[in-house]
Amino acid sequence: MFDFGPFFDNIGEILDGFWATIRLAAAAAVLSLIIGTILASFRVSPVPVLRAFGTSYVNIVRNTPLTLVLLMCSLGLNDILALKFSDNSSTTYYWWAVLGLSAYTGAFVCETLRAGINTVPLGQAEAARSIGLTFFQSLRMIILPQAFRSIIAPMGSVLIAMIKNTTVAAAASYAEVALVTKTIVDKPSFASGVIPLFLGVAVGFLILTLPTGYFFGWLAKRMAVAR
Amino acid sequence: MTDSEGGPDLTKGGPEDPIEPAASGDRPLVVVENVNKHFGELHVLKNINLTVDPGEVVVVIGPSGGGKSTLCRAINRLEPIDDGTILLDGKELPKEGKELAKLRADVGMVFQSFNLFAHKTILDNVTLGPIKVRKQGKQESEKQAMELLDRVGIANQAHKYPAQLSGGQQQRAAIARSLAMRPKVMLFDEPTSALDPEMVNEVLDVMTGLAREGMTMIVVTHEMGFARRAARKVVFMADGQIVEENTPDEFFTNARTERAKDFLSKILTH
Repeated sequence: MFDFGPFFDNIGEILDGFWATIRLAAAAAVLSLIIGTILASFRVSPVPVLRAFGTSYVNIVRNTPLTLVLLMCSLGLNDILALKFSDNSSTTYYWWAVLGLSAYTGAFVCETLRAGINTVPLGQAEAARSIGLTFFQSLRMIILPQAFRSIIAPMGSVLIAMIKNTTVAAAASYAEVALVTKTIVDKPSFASGVIPLFLGVAVGFLILTLPTGYFFGWLAKRMAVAR
Repeated sequence: MTDSEGGPDLTKGGPEDPIEPAASGDRPLVVVENVNKHFGELHVLKNINLTVDPGEVVVVIGPSGGGKSTLCRAINRLEPIDDGTILLDGKELPKEGKELAKLRADVGMVFQSFNLFAHKTILDNVTLGPIKVRKQGKQESEKQAMELLDRVGIANQAHKYPAQLSGGQQQRAAIARSLAMRPKVMLFDEPTSALDPEMVNEVLDVMTGLAREGMTMIVVTHEMGFARRAARKVVFMADGQIVEENTPDEFFTNARTERAKDFLSKILTH
């Protein structure tokens, strides 16, 4: 039962799957940080329309299951509405997975960042306004840099959750490691060793997420703003 | 008061002077007319009228909760007012947006809690406004900033972060940051109230120097010595109203109103 032979027999495919996972996670990390920052800016802006948009987006997307978001992307937008990023289906599924995962994670990034904005003393914004910076200038130059530094550690948790959420992209036909694992198990030739296979994949995720957590912990200490 | 070589020369002036206030005519620089402001049920500013001429130093004193800080903050619209008008150099305060930002650039503000940008060095704190708002070059802004920091006596702290400085040094840096915008008028909102007693004078000395140079200043403070020494006009505020406007000499020796006499008797006896 605990024979790791089948795991190592399929190691090539599994590593390919992890590489696909890493590519998805990396792109989604960048894009969700951008989306989250824009949403957070909307949610604290003095313009009511932007605030309303930010609030509705977060409330809708955060409360929708990720599987549904990704299925909507792949089955709804890609297959039915035929919105495709490229003629190559694996490329197009990749980008839909990136987009769906980022749109979803962005809502969490936004809320984390908004908590960070609340840690910046009001006086910082008042001082920024008093020297003549506009709202968006003071947000960009004074508030967000300090907000980001205060939420590096919790942002690490959001990103770790996102890395694990990449497995849901299997639902959107993107061949990341979870889908690869399932394909291996479904092979007629695969007789036994499911548990070692899953353990191996789980360790693979630890290798991705543990350093992420440590890196963000280290960064949080290094970048802390002294007050 | 200073820890830089030579100390700040607070008597020099002239066109190259980095803190020469922007020129304006004979008309009053700040006009506050019939201003009212409520915080919920609380009427914090009751029909306030105040005129500040160019070069004038107005000290606002009075009991806590009397509306002094609110008035000070209303002048650059950090606190919106309910009604009335505030004119700055003849122009009414715009409501929001770019116009307001532009106007705020001309009004220096020094806060009780310094509010230096915590993630930026002292030098970057001082150059941020000139570079981003005035669109000045980086080199020129840094040169000007170093002159200002030298004047307030903390040039040797330029590359440190705010948290590494003492309160008095932070407040002097905050004054330099405001001066770097070449403001027409400077607002001081209890600038020494958060300072350890031995650091109060180093800040007041800088402010006295500014006053002597002809900077237009509105100062909310509990420092009666400064009021006597530097003010042209003392405004006594209590319960949201301006109770008395007087010269410092008259006010401290022979206040006209009972409310002011009562206040002074409580603070000047020890």
